[in-house]
Amino acid sequence: MKTAQSLGLALDQGQRRAVARLITWAERNDPRAYQVLSERYANTGRAFVLGVSGPPGSGKSTLTDAFIRRLRAQGQRVGVIAVDPTSPFTGGAVLGDRVRMNEHATDREVFIRSMGTRGHLGGLSKATSAAILALDLYGCDTIIVETVGVGQSEVDVMRVCDCTLMVMVPGLGDEIQAIKAGVMEVGDVFVVNKSDLAGARRTARELRAMLDLNHGEWRPPVEQIIATQAEGLDAAWTAIETFISFNAEGNRAYQRRFESVKHELLGLMQSAILEKASQSQAHVLKIDELCAQITRRELDPYSALNQVLAILFSATR
Amino acid sequence: MSDSKETLGAQTQPHYLDESLAEYQAQVDKVNARFPERKQEFTTGSGDSIQRLYTPKDLEAQPNAFDYEQDLGFPGQYPFTRGVQPTMYRGRLWTMRMYAGFGTAEESNARYKYLVSQGSSGLSVAFDLPTQIGYDSDHDLAEGEVGKVGVAIDSLADMEVLFDGIPLDQVSTSMTINAPASVLLAMYIAVGEKQGVPASKLRGTIQNDILKEYIARGTYIFPTAPSMRLITDIFEYCASDVPLWNTISISGYHIREAGSTAAQELGFTIANGVAYVEAALKAGLDIDLFAPRLSFFFNAHNDFLEEIAKFRAARRIWARLMKERFGAKNPKSWALKFHTQTGGSTLTAQQPDNNIVRVAIQTLAAVLGGTQSLHTNSKDEALALPTESAVQVALRTQQIVAHESGVANTVDPLAGSYYIEAKTSELEEAALAYIKRIDDLGGSPKAIDAGYIQDEIMDAAYDHQKLVESQERIVVGMNKYIVEEPPPSGLLKVDLSVGERQKEKIAAIKASRNQEQVTDCLTAIRQACEGEENVMPLILEAVKAYATLGEICGVMREVFGEYQQSVSL
Amino acid sequence: MSEVKQANPIRVLVAKPGLDGHDRGAKIVARALRDAGMEVIYTGLRQTAEQIANAAIQEDVDVIACSILSGAHNTLLPKIYKLLCEEDAQEDILFIAGGVIPDEDIPGLKEQGVAEIFTPGTPTTSIIEYIQDAVKREGKL
Repeated sequence: MKTAQSLGLALDQGQRRAVARLITWAERNDPRAYQVLSERYANTGRAFVLGVSGPPGSGKSTLTDAFIRRLRAQGQRVGVIAVDPTSPFTGGAVLGDRVRMNEHATDREVFIRSMGTRGHLGGLSKATSAAILALDLYGCDTIIVETVGVGQSEVDVMRVCDCTLMVMVPGLGDEIQAIKAGVMEVGDVFVVNKSDLAGARRTARELRAMLDLNHGEWRPPVEQIIATQAEGLDAAWTAIETFISFNAEGNRAYQRRFESVKHELLGLMQSAILEKASQSQAHVLKIDELCAQITRRELDPYSALNQVLAILFSATR
Repeated sequence: MSDSKETLGAQTQPHYLDESLAEYQAQVDKVNARFPERKQEFTTGSGDSIQRLYTPKDLEAQPNAFDYEQDLGFPGQYPFTRGVQPTMYRGRLWTMRMYAGFGTAEESNARYKYLVSQGSSGLSVAFDLPTQIGYDSDHDLAEGEVGKVGVAIDSLADMEVLFDGIPLDQVSTSMTINAPASVLLAMYIAVGEKQGVPASKLRGTIQNDILKEYIARGTYIFPTAPSMRLITDIFEYCASDVPLWNTISISGYHIREAGSTAAQELGFTIANGVAYVEAALKAGLDIDLFAPRLSFFFNAHNDFLEEIAKFRAARRIWARLMKERFGAKNPKSWALKFHTQTGGSTLTAQQPDNNIVRVAIQTLAAVLGGTQSLHTNSKDEALALPTESAVQVALRTQQIVAHESGVANTVDPLAGSYYIEAKTSELEEAALAYIKRIDDLGGSPKAIDAGYIQDEIMDAAYDHQKLVESQERIVVGMNKYIVEEPPPSGLLKVDLSVGERQKEKIAAIKASRNQEQVTDCLTAIRQACEGEENVMPLILEAVKAYATLGEICGVMREVFGEYQQSVSL
Repeated sequence: MSEVKQANPIRVLVAKPGLDGHDRGAKIVARALRDAGMEVIYTGLRQTAEQIANAAIQEDVDVIACSILSGAHNTLLPKIYKLLCEEDAQEDILFIAGGVIPDEDIPGLKEQGVAEIFTPGTPTTSIIEYIQDAVKREGKL
């Protein structure tokens, strides 16, 4: 599996090592990954993609584990992409989400992949989207994408999903206020996990109040659960299904995927342009020189931008 | 304004030593100028800063100035800092209890008889991992593990062989068993009955400390809540039926082995103790009935003086907690009794003979700290299970300390040392801070679920590792004074056929027992687990019917579920 | 291109096969590898050979590092290697182990697929260097 052709062949035969390697290539931004995926894009879009997000320690992996069990009982093939933060200092990461899913570790119908956020700009959602496509091609019926719900890159990842579940825990208080701006708007269903802890009801109430203030046609439901004891999971799953059927009405599903595709394409453009710009900034764009001129007031940033754009786009033909 | 405040602050009583201390300081400065000290900062084995010199002034520091009667008292008296018995080792030496067990019950039985013949005064049973995790030897997960780190026990038949020829009314037996403790205790009671020894005469200890399994040792089975319930069932049962039995050994040993500091060992272990007391109180038990049967288990690490202070601090903290926080009235509830094991993680695979010296120093620390019983590690334990000759040297080390060193002839000889007393108070304070933090998190089980305790230990372990690798901490023979040495020879090998032999035994037992009786017993256990009935008497019936450990734990697994590890890195 | 390469960390599966619960060593190694810029996938305690091999394949790791102290190494480690061979993955994955493993067992384990064994007292830096060199030598990244 050294070339896009040989890997693609193995992938078409359903070899799981091919899926694994394809995701590795995507994570490394290796062009071979995109070659394999573009050739097969028409065959994707079949899987249901569920996002599971929430602050660290909220029990996302335990919940994901419970969902895998449920989906397996229905005979589905399940893919899981578990994203954990990379250390900005060392570039290393410890990805520990599998620990919660050990029960499924030898189930051939469950494919679990851990990913570090790594450093690259916009690269996370690009790699995640590619990983989703890879698992989709592998025949996963449902793909669960688990991310720590902080920061723009994770929010971007959630936009790719058909439904996003936000996992909250009691006692977040101010933190709910803090994260609401970015994260609240991508949540389709909310759960308050660890509802055996004090303050669970209050957290749920506060969430509902917040969601009442600002929502469109769909007011995200809030369910209280205890994932470790499998309590409330039926209600949570029903809420997800209710959202799916709501979304299936009219052309909502199409519209959602359209928005997500648009977001993805714009994201790809952004990262490609940035990459191009950073690759050529030293010798072609001479960014430092422009900055020096601006600093000395010999040039203004707006005209500098025009110069940069002219160079960049002429270079791309 | 600020002037007057400063003057006020400076106006604390001049100390009678101030002048001579200043003189000493001048002398130190002079010497330091010519011969600087070896390091900028000296630290204990746990990384705490340590002063050049301790003087009476260190004991008088406000607001907790040292007070002999309040802080030490007399041996056998509250707060027990100087020891739990009035005469300590002048009356009776500590129990020399060597942890042993491997292979089949037959092989371990032979080792126990050897230990008793060599002067070992108590037995300590090591079980293999499948037994500790509630799997029979024929379970898939037991593959390759049967008889490896301890003896394999599948049914009462194995237990009968294990204690064959050992009169249970004459030995005290410690069993390192936690998640399935009730099953192994039931088997022990059943063996006693067969020998004609009533349960009321059995003496010994089960470790039964599940919280530290979640934290550090890893042989858990069930989730926190049912595990705590099984433990309180044992407390209740033993209070009435096995009154001389120590129902739990709340263990700091493994927490320390996992890399904690001395203060963490104290703080986390005692916080676990608090959780067990609270669980038992919640189950409606009378504190003065169960608390006297609680015992502790600590590590004796390398920093000699710090360790002695640690043991003394442990007694004082526990006494104060039991009396003041829980309102225990019985002095036996206040007294913290403990077993000690020398620190396994301090042993090196390199130049293993050096380990004998480490163990000797650790033995001295445990004895000077007032331990009730002691296991000394053998020199080859960084490499494999110990051989008989290595075990003998380890036992002899205790005997030399007991009979030749003279440290057992007077009680708590280091009391009153400025450093020891200052360090004892410092460790008490640090441990109490951890206990407070854990209380704030909702108690030990919650703090464990949140990964707090594991994180703290891991940070300390990683710091230690970095210090060793940078040679800021010297480990003789490992990162300094290294020699080329031939690979070690003569290590103990456990026969691979143990697993096969155990499987055959299980098959034979299952073929010969009354299956209907077994099924009834297991059903009764299931119902008790689902409800609130004390499960101990039912487990006793089941083991007598030769239900296997795996069958009993299997039923409980079905009712209780299994614990999910909380990962901290 | 060089920038892209820097962003590609070595992926290591740190696993505890068997029933032994002493994970201090495994966790220290996991942390040290992370601090050396690697992506460490940690699977927790009580892993069967099947679980380890499966995780290694799904995660497409460059290295499997097993820590084992229970004495069951002669049974469990060769089994992991055998499972990797069944999926043709043994060439792509460097398989190393550490723990209380007697010297006399090491040659046998090496014959059965374990590339290197680190015994007690090995500095984490040696493990890091070994992995970095071996992965580079194999041209994995």
